[in-house]
This record gives sequence, C-alpha cells and structure tokens, in this order.
Amino acid sequence: MSLPEFLKELFESWPLLGILPLWFYSLICILGLLFLFLFPFAGIAVYIERKIAGDIQARIGPNVVGPYGILQWIADALKLLLKEDIIPALADKKLFILSPMIIFLSGAAAYAVIPFAENVILANLNIGIFYLIAITSMVALGLILGGWASNNKWSLLGGMRAAAQIVSFEIPVALCILTAVLVAGTLDMTQIVKNQSPYHWNIFHNPFMFIAAFVYYIAALAEANRTPFDIPEADSELVSGYNTEYSGMRFAIFFLIEYAECFVICAVAATLFLGGWHPPFIDISGLALPLRMPLQVMVFMAKAILLLLVMMWIRWTLPRYRVDQLMKLCWEVLVPFSFVCLLGTAFWMALFKGKGVPEMIYALLGWGS
Amino acid sequence: MYTQFATVLIFLIIGAGMVPLILLVGKILRPSNPDPKKLTSYECGEEPVGGSWVQFNLRFYVIAILFLIFDVEVVLMFPIGATFRQWMISQAGKGLLVFAEVALFIGILLIGFAYAWGLRPPAQRKNHKPCPCLNF
Repeated sequence: MSLPEFLKELFESWPLLGILPLWFYSLICILGLLFLFLFPFAGIAVYIERKIAGDIQARIGPNVVGPYGILQWIADALKLLLKEDIIPALADKKLFILSPMIIFLSGAAAYAVIPFAENVILANLNIGIFYLIAITSMVALGLILGGWASNNKWSLLGGMRAAAQIVSFEIPVALCILTAVLVAGTLDMTQIVKNQSPYHWNIFHNPFMFIAAFVYYIAALAEANRTPFDIPEADSELVSGYNTEYSGMRFAIFFLIEYAECFVICAVAATLFLGGWHPPFIDISGLALPLRMPLQVMVFMAKAILLLLVMMWIRWTLPRYRVDQLMKLCWEVLVPFSFVCLLGTAFWMALFKGKGVPEMIYALLGWGS
Repeated sequence: MYTQFATVLIFLIIGAGMVPLILLVGKILRPSNPDPKKLTSYECGEEPVGGSWVQFNLRFYVIAILFLIFDVEVVLMFPIGATFRQWMISQAGKGLLVFAEVALFIGILLIGFAYAWGLRPPAQRKNHKPCPCLNF
C-alpha cells in the first residue's frame, strides 16, 4: 500500500478528511515530501558534508550561524534566493531556463518510489526500480542541455563530460540493479524489501551479490558526479563545469539535486542490497503498526545515511580521476565485473533453486527460517 | 495500480512547476540591475574569444553507441529478471536450461563487447590496430 492510500484509509471515518479524494492525499504527500524532507535534507546534507570535510582536513568548518553552525544551510539558501539571476547575453535562453527544470524534475521524481517503510512509499509502482532507472538517467539530458545552452567553453566541456560519464556508468548501475532483481524476483520496491528479512539481506545471498553491491555503489557514485569521479565539474580545470554560468536560485537547484540524487543512490542501495527497513537480526514485523512504521523509517534512514556518510568520506579522501582513467575504469573494470555478477548470480539461482547462503547456513544449523 | 501512476503524474506536474515557482519567489525578492559587462560569458576574466558553439571533437561518440546497445540489452533483460526467481523455484530441474538461455542472450553481447575492447584472436593481432572503440 502506498502512503496516499494509507492516509486515505486512516482518515476514512473522519468527518471532513474522509470525503477528500485520493489525488488530494497524493498532492499533500508530495508537497510534504518536497518541503519537509527533500529541501531540508539536501541543506543539512551540505552542512554535514562541510563539517566532515572540516574534520578530515583538520579545520573547523562552518561554525558561525547558529550553534555549531547548524543553521548555515538556511543562510546559504536565503543568500542564493537573494542573489541576482544572470542569464548571459549570448546564451540560448530557452534551453538555459529549461535545463534546471529537467534536472529538478528527474532528480525529485525519483523519490516517488523510495520505500521508507512498509506503507511509506509515495507510489507503489509494480515497475518501481525500472521507473527509477528511467527517471534518474534524464539528469544527463538536463546537464548536457545546460552545458550547451550556456555558450561557455567550460560549460560545454563539463556538459559533454557529464553526458559521457553518466551514460557510461549507467550500464554497470543498471546491470547491478538487474542482478539484485534476479535475486528479489520482482521490480516492485516494496516487494523487494518484503522478500528480504532481518536474517536474509540480499547482499549476503551469494558471493556475486556481495561484489555487485560494491560495483553498484562505485558506479552510482560516478553517476552522481561525486568525487573521485567529479570530472564534469572539476573545479581546478573546468571552473565549475556545466553550471559555470548559473547563478542564484538556478545554481541552487543544481546543487540541491546533486545531494537529492546522492540520497536516492544510497536509498536504492539500502533497498536492493541491505534489506531496506529490516534491522539486522531483530524481527520487528510483529509490533503494532503505529510503533512499527516509525521504527522502519528510522532503520531505513539509518542505512541510507550511513552510506551517504561513506560517500562524503570518500569525497574528501580520494583524489580525482582523469577522464580516460574514468572511462577505462567503467568499461574495463566495472562493466565486466557486473556481467560476471549477473551471470554468477543467475547460475547460483539455477544451481541452488534460489536459495541464498544465509538460508543454507540456517538449514545447516537447523534453525528453520 | 493506475492510481499509483496518477501519483507519479502529479509528482511530475509539481516537479515541473516547482522550479518556476522558486524562481518567481526569487524574482520578487532579489535585486536586478543588468549590465552589459555582467551579461558576458565567463572566461576567467578575459574577453570571451569567439563562441563555444563550434565544431567539437566528440571523443566519446562511440561510447554513446555502445551505451545504446548495452542499455537495450539491459532493458530486454528486466522482464527475465522479474520472473527468473519464479522459474528457478517452480520449474524444478529446468533451472539450468533457463540459465543457459539467459547466458546465450548475454553471451552474444559479450562477444561484441570483447571486439570493442580490442580482444582479437592471436593470429589477427599482429597486423591489426586495436579496435578504437575502447582505446581511450
């Protein structure tokens, strides 16, 4: 069940809320997600990233606005809102305006199928993960459009690099997702999590899935243009890449969606490989619904945020790749590895009739399921 | 099920409308005094030399074609992926047959991939340059 349906059922017998149509609940949920989760989360993620960067580089990081600088992201957002919006005279105005819209659309719409908890998913599509791949790859279109429309050499190079990189790393990402789908046996995000349990996370299903999880994470890192794969916006060579000419709120949208996308990647990794809302070795499915749902959301968020922190850690530790090294890494390492994972997992499924390593160990120890 | 897609549609409409809304709020609040100098393209403080809409060596053009082939393959594999587990569990004994079919499907692509990588039989290797596709 999706969140709008769940809310409608919850308020069925209420005097005023009961007569509202389903689409109204959908609208409320979407606006709630955008304003209460997406925007603040991206802001706080920026703050946390700057703090972590400070720690890693042995400095303090933001500490002026609010206690420990915790209100820094609000100040940043206000500053960007009050900045003058400049469209270069030579730019292609229509495409220049269109580009942030496409990026926002594709970056934010991915949140529709993220299963935060059992009933907390905006749209419980039966092709959820497929929709997610489709909608997130539209970001590449926005980036190359923005790079081209700016009529700036840095932007053009950044946009071209972004397109080549995202397009290349799309392959290992999609193949690793496919590997997880083989094990899960469904494309429905909620069902993928339900098919796992606190004792059987997909990542431990077989050795190939274990590799696939890492390949997915690395490739997804590159797809989101994060360091060490951030050559499209390499500040030391390309000023700022595809968003060189963007200023004020338009720039903020690029920035926002970068962090929003990072969370999507981590959330998908948590869903496909790390058991979604199932905590390790503790079965909470017996608890009452009002208690279970917040717990599930917390477990899911904990996993996703942990992966996000690893992402930030990687960003401030590793140096940047060169363009040809990056493409080599994709086509000569990650793609073959993900094919091996795919075929290996398929072979494992055929050989052991879908049983995973944990199930075999439990059967050996006589624990039942 | 269609109600779920309706939610996605609402999301897409809101997503398309959100950016103009934010920009409108910004337009009310922010200053605006354009200046011909301000509106020039950025080129590290220099006067911009020429435009950037020039003929451009697209290095990764072949990569784009490779991507298309691989992506179509992945898309075609997804229906198999969705039902693969069911086949493995219900069709006792036929699992390996299904696997062989999947492996054949992927194998054909892998031959092409090996070619793009420049892996040739040893006899041909001497006189041919490596295939340019993945020769970064």
